[in-house]
Amino acid sequence: MNWDRMFDIPSDLQHSWIGLVGLHLREALLPVLAGLVISLPLAQLCVRFRWLYPPVLWVTTVLYAIPSLAFFVLLIDYTGQTELTVMIPLTVYSLVVLVPAIVDAVRSVPQETLAAATAMGFGPVRRYVQVQLPIAVPAIIAGLRVATVSSISLVSIGALIGNQGALGNLINDANIYNRPELAVNAVLSMAALAMLADGLLVAVRMLLTPWMPRRARTTPKAGRPDSAAAALEDAAR
Amino acid sequence: MIRIDSVTKRYPDGTVAVDRLSLEIPDRSITVLVGPSGCGKTTTLRMINRMIEPSEGTILIDGVDSRQQPVNTLRRSMGYVIQNAGLFQHRTIVDNIATVPRLLGWSKDKARARARELMERVGLDASLARRYPYQLSGGQQQRVGVARALAADPPVLLMDEPFSAVDPVVRKGLQDELLRIQDELGKTIVFVTHDIDEAVKLGTMVAVLRTGGRLAQFAPPAELLSDPADAFVEDFLGADRGIRRLSFFSSAGLDLLTAPIVAIDASAEQIARAGTDVPYLLVTDVEGKPLGWSEPRDLTAGTIEPAELLPCGRPFVAGRDSLRAALDCAVLSPTGWAVAVDAEGRAAGVVSQQTIGEAIRGAHAEGSRSSETTKVSG
Repeated sequence: MNWDRMFDIPSDLQHSWIGLVGLHLREALLPVLAGLVISLPLAQLCVRFRWLYPPVLWVTTVLYAIPSLAFFVLLIDYTGQTELTVMIPLTVYSLVVLVPAIVDAVRSVPQETLAAATAMGFGPVRRYVQVQLPIAVPAIIAGLRVATVSSISLVSIGALIGNQGALGNLINDANIYNRPELAVNAVLSMAALAMLADGLLVAVRMLLTPWMPRRARTTPKAGRPDSAAAALEDAAR
Repeated sequence: MIRIDSVTKRYPDGTVAVDRLSLEIPDRSITVLVGPSGCGKTTTLRMINRMIEPSEGTILIDGVDSRQQPVNTLRRSMGYVIQNAGLFQHRTIVDNIATVPRLLGWSKDKARARARELMERVGLDASLARRYPYQLSGGQQQRVGVARALAADPPVLLMDEPFSAVDPVVRKGLQDELLRIQDELGKTIVFVTHDIDEAVKLGTMVAVLRTGGRLAQFAPPAELLSDPADAFVEDFLGADRGIRRLSFFSSAGLDLLTAPIVAIDASAEQIARAGTDVPYLLVTDVEGKPLGWSEPRDLTAGTIEPAELLPCGRPFVAGRDSLRAALDCAVLSPTGWAVAVDAEGRAAGVVSQQTIGEAIRGAHAEGSRSSETTKVSG
């Protein structure tokens, strides 16, 4: 292994290491953002109409079970060998975490709080935006943490469709050029990005929720990202 | 005035929560809705601010059907206090209290200034203003709940079992505080509870509801205790309603004896004179505050030891406390005599159980002639 050439990125990737990191973040985070934008109204519908929740949950779980390769085959006719083809399945995958996280969070707002808000003359929209959503923030961010970390590692699969896997392409190149240090670079960089993004989300939550008891700052219910399990799962994909 | 006019609430599954209920809730006083679970008391309260819509009947507010105005306007004109306070955990105390003024379009500064004013009124320290609800005790949270309901100075206050989730000592404090605030503000309060003692203590009028949402009796608490309408009300009031009714009779008319009271520095002659025809003497300190009881023959001038006296227990305040408090003192006293003190805690006299018993009989005779009895503390 030639450690000196760890950051010497092969020219076929058309990016510097920094360029790949930027690309990787974009391909990983935009889907999570899109997932959040879809999940919020979807979750609200599930809260409003209880019967809708089980089928929605079922559909998101089934979609999550479809391997990304199958998605690529399906999408490539429409979106070609592009970033979009990678980001669409990632968006779909994020729903399986985000929808239940938001539904549980919004449902867990105490009845008294909701009744008090209604009694004080909050309309349904105002009540959702000013009471339910802010109180749900910790659980939503817990869901975002899982979705983000998993998305960062999943991007690498894009290497399969013509170097659309950002840092993941390094693994491919490591194979082609017999340069294992590139694979090490890819793995370490992705792990560092995942930890950084996770740390940032924790910081955001601390900033947004000064009202939470210090002791109970972690939300056990929505689940913290279990990186080992996530990695295994992603390897299988 | 709030007038509930033959209101019925029937749910789609056929359950009747409230059945043809009619009540006239007087202005500027506390009306308590009390009854066992499932009697529709909370449903009734929530129909007043239309959190629940009646199936039949109308609710008139100052003569106008409550459905005439937009629902949120109606709700903002009525303060609402709920069990466990229902505070917004993501907002500071001052912002919780400022909620309704902000909804009404007040500026942030004006709403917060008003909130701080209310914190003082409900007995919350100003240093709590920037705290969050989780940092407050249950009792403090409930005070915030009351302050929040009062913030926009609504004429009506709806209170749904507000004090039932706190411990008895805190609850008594909150009840006393509510009575004090009500003395100052004179709101029209509708108060829901399942606790008959709370109903009797707070209510100017008490509506007892029975399971199925029907009115069993609507009367001032003293009348409820003296003349329960039927077996259900009598049963709900509990076994000691006779004793509790004594809360409504003042101790002012009691014949207090001052002769059997001696100061700790009394002379032999004073002791002899005081102890001629009573079994016990009350010994006070030099300022006149009661120390304890003793038989006259055990007292020797100049050598009285406070530690050797029989304890005199908690005294009642003559005139301010009720006959119930006086009777309680006499029952608890080892001598069977109750000690009355003045507002400064100096012994005002002693009274025997027998004398209190006569006063009770007199008060009952008086009470049956005029049902207008006012509540006395204690």
